[in-house]
Amino acid sequence: MTQALEAPIAVPAQSFIPKLGQAGGHFSHLGCKECGAQYEAKAIHVCEECFGPLEVKYDYDSLKQTVTRESIQAGPNSIWRYRDFLPVTSKDPIDVGTGMTPLLKTGRLARRLGLKELYIKNDAVNMPTLSFKDRVVSVALTRAKELGFDTVSCASTGNLANSTAALAAHANLDCCVFIPSDLEAGKVLGTLIYGPTVMSVKGNYDQVNRLCSEVANTHGWGFVNINLRPYYSEGSKTLGYEVAEQLGWKLPDHIVAPLASGSLFTKIYKGFQEFIKTGLVEAKDVRCSGAQALGCSPIYEAFKEGRDFIKPVKPKTIAKSIAIGNPADGIYAVEQARNTNGHIEAVTDEEIIEGMKLLAETEGIFTETAGGTTIAVLKKLAEQGKINPDETTVAYITGNGLKTQEAVQSRAGEPLTIDPKLDSFERAWERAQTLERLEWQQASV
Amino acid sequence: MAVKVLIPTPLQKFTNDQAEIQCEGATITELIESLEAACPGIKARLCDDSGKLRRFLNVYVDSEDIRFLDNMDTKLGDDAEVSIVPAVAGG
Repeated sequence: MTQALEAPIAVPAQSFIPKLGQAGGHFSHLGCKECGAQYEAKAIHVCEECFGPLEVKYDYDSLKQTVTRESIQAGPNSIWRYRDFLPVTSKDPIDVGTGMTPLLKTGRLARRLGLKELYIKNDAVNMPTLSFKDRVVSVALTRAKELGFDTVSCASTGNLANSTAALAAHANLDCCVFIPSDLEAGKVLGTLIYGPTVMSVKGNYDQVNRLCSEVANTHGWGFVNINLRPYYSEGSKTLGYEVAEQLGWKLPDHIVAPLASGSLFTKIYKGFQEFIKTGLVEAKDVRCSGAQALGCSPIYEAFKEGRDFIKPVKPKTIAKSIAIGNPADGIYAVEQARNTNGHIEAVTDEEIIEGMKLLAETEGIFTETAGGTTIAVLKKLAEQGKINPDETTVAYITGNGLKTQEAVQSRAGEPLTIDPKLDSFERAWERAQTLERLEWQQASV
Repeated sequence: MAVKVLIPTPLQKFTNDQAEIQCEGATITELIESLEAACPGIKARLCDDSGKLRRFLNVYVDSEDIRFLDNMDTKLGDDAEVSIVPAVAGG
């Protein structure tokens, strides 16, 4: 593995004046979300002045003149139909069909929750690795290649490692990923199979993240969630664009999404705002509600207590993919929920499992624990009257249940084992009709 | 007492591009003063005008976040390792 061809260089804010097209495409530079300092669009992620996060800046007047609904619809059936809104210059981005996942109008789940217009944005079937992370990694690795990196890396709770490894393989990039050592087996195997170097770190995700930041200081690698973070996080905006397009170029009234670092939540909203700014949809106030697991709920705690800072916690929950105790964008998520008249709720591990089962049994979608968290919070908000039944509500399902089988393994029942004889089936069927499922599991056929 | 400090890339211009330096201090507060003496200007980047650590900055002592310890009063033992890490997105 060699170092990047072009070393990342930050241009000091005082001497950098961005120009349209300087970075290529419709983005021009990076800006600090806190103090507004401006930087060249290189592989940097924090402001040198105040350590605030850097964000990609675009020329919306130029976008408005260029992009139409028709031009988007004429694009590929993937996130790259929104290429003009993404921070890449390449005409040939990494496109393996990521995005354009189903927006399912629910029937049984909506009725169960007393809602009239409930949709599921189903990234449990996003390609290629069955989570929303394929969106952000497609953008990050495309940008990594543009910046001259030949080795990419990440700190991951599982889904990001899957996606980084898979897309690095496709893009012919060397890859080394870091994961906590207690990850679900499906997520470990679902990374190893693509042939990266996998570092299993004896610690939680926040410790993995710290280690990776230290590695990033000394290795010239493109860490998708560290020095490529400004580009990476922009990929989540496509979850906003797609919902707007799939609703017939309209924004929903209310969204419910999981909260880990808080980045996804804020970028979905940024996507909505960009479509308004460029005239692709009519302006509307979208309420944004977030979901956390009680075993790792620093954003929920800050929201509940009216704080403007996050107190880190040590995660203890089955929802490992959202178990970030020190969420970098947490405070922005809190502000967004407050400013949009939304809510942030948290649920127990038991409720998360029930949420997974509820979605599976009513809509035929097997989501992972993060999705179970979202559904459990959706249910809680509906029961508390915090979602208006008439609102067009979209719940974001961001990962696939086959990756976190451990969470529900003992809760989904067992198959009924029978002999290959008709009478064995008949006896089993009769008993299945009369016995409670749990009793049946203990009985022999 | 010698303390090893890991410096993030955005601050390495204050340390002659060194990712790791040795400093003195019995607590984080003392360490920051010691860092400032060795690398003038670095304190203003680490702390805001009121002297508090900036909110997007994390400081770890021997791999533990100081917010789980005694914050700026966290004691530094012999051969402690202090890591300064900007917040990063998740995972």
